[in-house]
Amino acid sequence: MTRNGPVALFFHALVVIFMLAPLAIVCLVAFTPENTLSLPTRGFSLRWFEAVFHHPDFVQSFWNSLWLAVLSATLAVALAVPASLAITRYEFPGRGFLNALFLSPLIIPHLVLGVAMLRLFAVVGAAGSFGWLVAAHMVIVTPYVMRLLIAAISGFDRSVEQAAFSLGASEATVFRRVTLPMILPGVTGGWLIAFINSFDELTMSIFITSPSTVTLPVRMYMYATESIDPMMAAVSALIIGITAVAVLLLDRVYGLDRILVGQH
Amino acid sequence: MSASLPDAAPAAPGDETPVRRFPTAPLFLSGPAALLFAALVLTPLFLTALLSFNQFDYATGRTGGFTLEHYLAVVTDEYYLEIFLRTFRISALATAICVVIGVPEAYILSRMSNPWRSIFLLVILAPLLVSVVVRAFGWSMLLGPEGPVNGALIALGIGRMKLLYSEGTVVVALVHVMLPFMVIPVWTSLQKLDPAVEQAALSFGASRATAIVRVVAPQILPGILSGSLIVFGLSASAFAIPGLLGGRRLKMVATVVYDQYLSDLNWPMGAAVAVILLAANLIIMLTYHRMVEGHYRRRLG
Repeated sequence: MTRNGPVALFFHALVVIFMLAPLAIVCLVAFTPENTLSLPTRGFSLRWFEAVFHHPDFVQSFWNSLWLAVLSATLAVALAVPASLAITRYEFPGRGFLNALFLSPLIIPHLVLGVAMLRLFAVVGAAGSFGWLVAAHMVIVTPYVMRLLIAAISGFDRSVEQAAFSLGASEATVFRRVTLPMILPGVTGGWLIAFINSFDELTMSIFITSPSTVTLPVRMYMYATESIDPMMAAVSALIIGITAVAVLLLDRVYGLDRILVGQH
Repeated sequence: MSASLPDAAPAAPGDETPVRRFPTAPLFLSGPAALLFAALVLTPLFLTALLSFNQFDYATGRTGGFTLEHYLAVVTDEYYLEIFLRTFRISALATAICVVIGVPEAYILSRMSNPWRSIFLLVILAPLLVSVVVRAFGWSMLLGPEGPVNGALIALGIGRMKLLYSEGTVVVALVHVMLPFMVIPVWTSLQKLDPAVEQAALSFGASRATAIVRVVAPQILPGILSGSLIVFGLSASAFAIPGLLGGRRLKMVATVVYDQYLSDLNWPMGAAVAVILLAANLIIMLTYHRMVEGHYRRRLG
């Protein structure tokens, strides 16, 4: 009874093609031996991948993005673990406000956050600093981490912690040996989704990066508005590859459908 | 957003434990994150709201004083009116197409059996995680003058068409980026649906179409509504798609803010447009929350 008719399956095939076509063409064109954006009809070539690795701007932006994503994801998790413990386990004045504040970057357009942070950095004289860029990325990835952590913390059995307490374990030991291992899927899942979101972020970053801190998506945006050659396709194919690895990891440690379907 | 807020509201079970020995504990625990958000969300938004009321001197680039001229410009200047209207039109069209494609697709997915169901759910949702610049670039190649779409048009005898830098292209690419945001909430509400109810309708002699329209559709309506508002809000503030596929002439709200800030350097004007965009987004989201909560209260009451 869970069968779809032929019309439904045809419709479904069209939707799948629609969703995959832009990604597929990028990956194909990346292997072209030609000088222009074209499908590789006369054999495959890696020359444009090589060009990317010899392009100092793209290489530097790649490392910027990687460090930015690693640092902001790690620091966001470090702040979000205690904050989600406070929100799920304690009743205190301002709890609802804090919860809404921590999730607010999901409903504030990144464009607005970008111009707002540009203004702040201009006022405090921090324009273009990498440290402030990390802090800005922490803000936009924290809500994703918080949601997984709040779900993980509210979903687990407190009696295990109480057993550890009653056997004489200190609070630090209980957190390290009991609480943390139990919420670990939420922590690693949160870290990965934070990493992906930071690594991909364009709209906010374009306002607050300086020539030395330009991230990969910002570099690609700038490059695509000026000139278009197959190098752009090669960078895109690499990004699709990195994202695919992260997605597979995420699926292993947490379950992609759980993250995505719980996302909005 | 909508899914997690209600979840987080009730305190975790097992509150009888003596964790409340230190009433200051939640302060210490949430303090660092709260400081970060106060410094990097509340303060900059406040500064930007103030900035939008500042005067701007084109000759010196200095800002200061108090004026409402930027907000007045948005409602009186034809340039801004046209951009807001265009943004509204494009976002509404993208939302409508997402409903037409996303709702049946979510329904078809929910009627598949595993492993196909998980695989295709991944295929539909995973592009969400690929950078939007990459996806916009993919569309510019598909629809470019030498791209496969034009190739097919030529082969069909229709001839080459100029597809890039048009509203249609922006809408198509927006639909591609936003479709997962429509499928997710509809899928979620379909999961809550008891298939036996649809079965009952069919066994009482209802046609397939009647069963869908009279039984399934009313129950997934909140999901469709939720998806539409998310898609509309995200489309209205989309930056990369109109920036890369709209060209110089086809401006939307986000690309205008970008121009004001980084080309014209008229920050107060850009700030005013950004504040309006934020206000519109918040109004949409809050209206939605109120509507959905009202809906569930009626159903439960």
